Amino acid sequence: MVPITTLHYLVVAAALFVLGVIGVLTRRNVVIVLMSIELILNAVNLNLVAFSHMWGNLHGQMFAIFIVVDAAAEAAAGLGILIAFFRNKETINVDEIDLLKW
Amino acid sequence: MLFLDHIWLIPLFPAFGAALMFFFGRRLQKATVNAVCVGAVVIAFLFACFTVVEYTRYAHGTGHPFEKIVYTWLGTGDGHLDFTRRDGTPAPIHVDAGFLLDPLSSIWLLFVTGVGMLIHIYSTGYMAHEGGYYRFFGYLNLFMFSMLTLILANNYMLLFVGWEGVGLCSYLLIGFYFHRKSASTAANKAFIVNRIGDAGFILGALTLSWYLGSFRFTDINALVRSGHFMIGDPVLSIAALLLFVGACGKSAQLPLYVWLPDAMEGPTPVSALIHAATMVTAGVYMVARSNAVFVLAPTAMKTVAIVGALTAVFAASIGLVQNDIKRVLAYSTVSQLGYMFLALGVGAFAAGVFHVFTHAFFKALLFLGSGSVIHAMSGEQDMRNMGDLRSRIPTTHWTMWVATLAIAGIFPFAGFFSKDEILWQTWASEGGAYRILWFVGYGTALMTAFYMFRLMYLTFYSPSRMSHEAEHHVHESPKSMTVPLVILAICSIGAGWLSWPHSLGGSARFEKFLEPVFAREAVVLVEEGKSAQLAAGEKEAEHTDSTEYLLMFLSLLAAGAGFAMARGYYLNAGKDFVEPIAAKAPPLYTVLSNKWFVDEGYDYVFTGRRKLGKVRLGVMGAGEASSWFDAQVIDAVVNDAGWVTRIVARVSSWSDKWIVDGVGVNGPAIVARLLSYPARLLEWGLVQWYALVMIAGLLGFGVYYVWK
Repeated sequence: MVPITTLHYLVVAAALFVLGVIGVLTRRNVVIVLMSIELILNAVNLNLVAFSHMWGNLHGQMFAIFIVVDAAAEAAAGLGILIAFFRNKETINVDEIDLLKW
Repeated sequence: MLFLDHIWLIPLFPAFGAALMFFFGRRLQKATVNAVCVGAVVIAFLFACFTVVEYTRYAHGTGHPFEKIVYTWLGTGDGHLDFTRRDGTPAPIHVDAGFLLDPLSSIWLLFVTGVGMLIHIYSTGYMAHEGGYYRFFGYLNLFMFSMLTLILANNYMLLFVGWEGVGLCSYLLIGFYFHRKSASTAANKAFIVNRIGDAGFILGALTLSWYLGSFRFTDINALVRSGHFMIGDPVLSIAALLLFVGACGKSAQLPLYVWLPDAMEGPTPVSALIHAATMVTAGVYMVARSNAVFVLAPTAMKTVAIVGALTAVFAASIGLVQNDIKRVLAYSTVSQLGYMFLALGVGAFAAGVFHVFTHAFFKALLFLGSGSVIHAMSGEQDMRNMGDLRSRIPTTHWTMWVATLAIAGIFPFAGFFSKDEILWQTWASEGGAYRILWFVGYGTALMTAFYMFRLMYLTFYSPSRMSHEAEHHVHESPKSMTVPLVILAICSIGAGWLSWPHSLGGSARFEKFLEPVFAREAVVLVEEGKSAQLAAGEKEAEHTDSTEYLLMFLSLLAAGAGFAMARGYYLNAGKDFVEPIAAKAPPLYTVLSNKWFVDEGYDYVFTGRRKLGKVRLGVMGAGEASSWFDAQVIDAVVNDAGWVTRIVARVSSWSDKWIVDGVGVNGPAIVARLLSYPARLLEWGLVQWYALVMIAGLLGFGVYYVWK
């Protein structure tokens, strides 16, 4: 058995982060993009908790709770924007949301 | 002084007649027209006689002119006109309706009204069967009014009013039978040629007034004779020459004589009055009036003499071969007028005036007589269709004889005295050139005698060449026509006796009467040794009586030779007679009978009707050539300048469009647009693109720090 070190947590968190970024960059559905953003935030949370365990204090965990609150508020705001947009454009395809273009 | 003070009435009598004809003529009976118009002239004549008698008493032989100014139209006295002479002195310039009577105008007054009266009486018979009776007499009266105004005027402007008036009446009367194209054309010709002369007259009169400061004859004579001016004064010479141009037009001298033969289209009384006795003498009158000016201009005098002599011989040569009886007389008039100007030109002013006086009588008689012949021949005017008339129209016949003898210069008829005086004065002038002029005058006298006797023989003596109908109708004219003929015949005999020359024992009363007008005491500044004697009008007697007798004899010889030759050729001129000149020198005959081709020459040079291909000839052609030159050559420069401007404009607009706008204005715009393409990438509007860029940037930073 290999002992699970902080590194393993970081790698998992990095992998989740990258998946989240890929999802943000490549998915067409706006809802999935929002879900990917949540994934990125949760990867960051995992990172913070791992470091909290490494240092033996609660700083990391406390910051992670802030991020959870922040993620919730952001999800609410994002979905609110999505619904407002949907009412105007009748689509949730991110490629078609290009009204602010040149 | 009853008549003298009312001298202004004299022209008004015929003016009244003319006005009456103008307003009421159409409705009047012939008898009324006669009474008014002929009566007006008779009254004018009687008035004139009394006036002249009164004048002689007034002047007591001094020749002091009587001047009466009725109305000042333009004058410094009324404060309207301020004029400064050329030399800076102020001058009182006046133009007024004023009348001047002195010996010169009294003579003219008497014979104009006298001959005019006789012609008016004659016309009542001649025009009896013509239409437009009242119109004829209206025009004749208008003419008398104008002529009298001309003669009695005291200044150049009023003279010009009369001058133009007689020109107008000449036009109206020549074109009296206006239905005939030839008549209306002749009237136009007369007026237009006259007008050319008028231009000269006006310029001359204005030059004199500018130089001397007055239009009035009295003022001008006083100034010119005061000794202020030198002989050969250039301005006076020019003025004199210009005045002479006017005289050439009015009195039918070379080169402005062409209207007079054509003027025979008018009725014969018109030819008698206007173109023989009165209007054509207006030029002579004007030059005689201006004698003070002419005397100071020797060049002008010589020109006058030469033109006069040349005209005389030229016209006489044409008269030799004319077939129309009136044409012969027309050319004869031109020729005799040449004599008058010859006289004026050599300084023998009184002789010239005397010739005018005698000529008026015998030329009027000739024309009226020819009118009588034409009347007898029912309108035939060609002498080739006449002959053997002497027994059928006796009164006309013997009166014409008197006139012919007078004009040929046979002693003791009138023409002898006047013509001989002219030739004598020409011979006696200083300088060899004057002998040549005498010779020209002598040749003319010979030709005059020849063609006049030719006229007599062809018309009255030669075997009849008349057509049968004409022959049946030949009859003597009525008393109204023959009585004036007889009166004029008496005058043609006696008029010459008024100036019986000194050499033949007479007192030359006529010339003495005129002496004060052509003042001998003209004093001028001595210039280059010219003596005052030469400046005076008359040449002093360096001659001897014997020379004069010789010249008289030669004149009679010329007349006799002319008579003999004419008799020889024409006494027996039968049906198809040949002119001797045509037989002996056909080319000369062609030239003479075509009047030396002068009319054709004028047609080519001046009328602009002739073209050589497409190019117009003569003066008008020169005008057309200049306008072509102006349009093609000069305007071409202008057009080319415009073309150059347009090319430059096009280049300029191209450069503006492509260079200024293209590079300067659009260039930065295109550059800006090009630069904007990358910039646009920042604003796609696609969220995921923005996210990608963010991640890429992050990665970049990360790589940078790891390798640092």
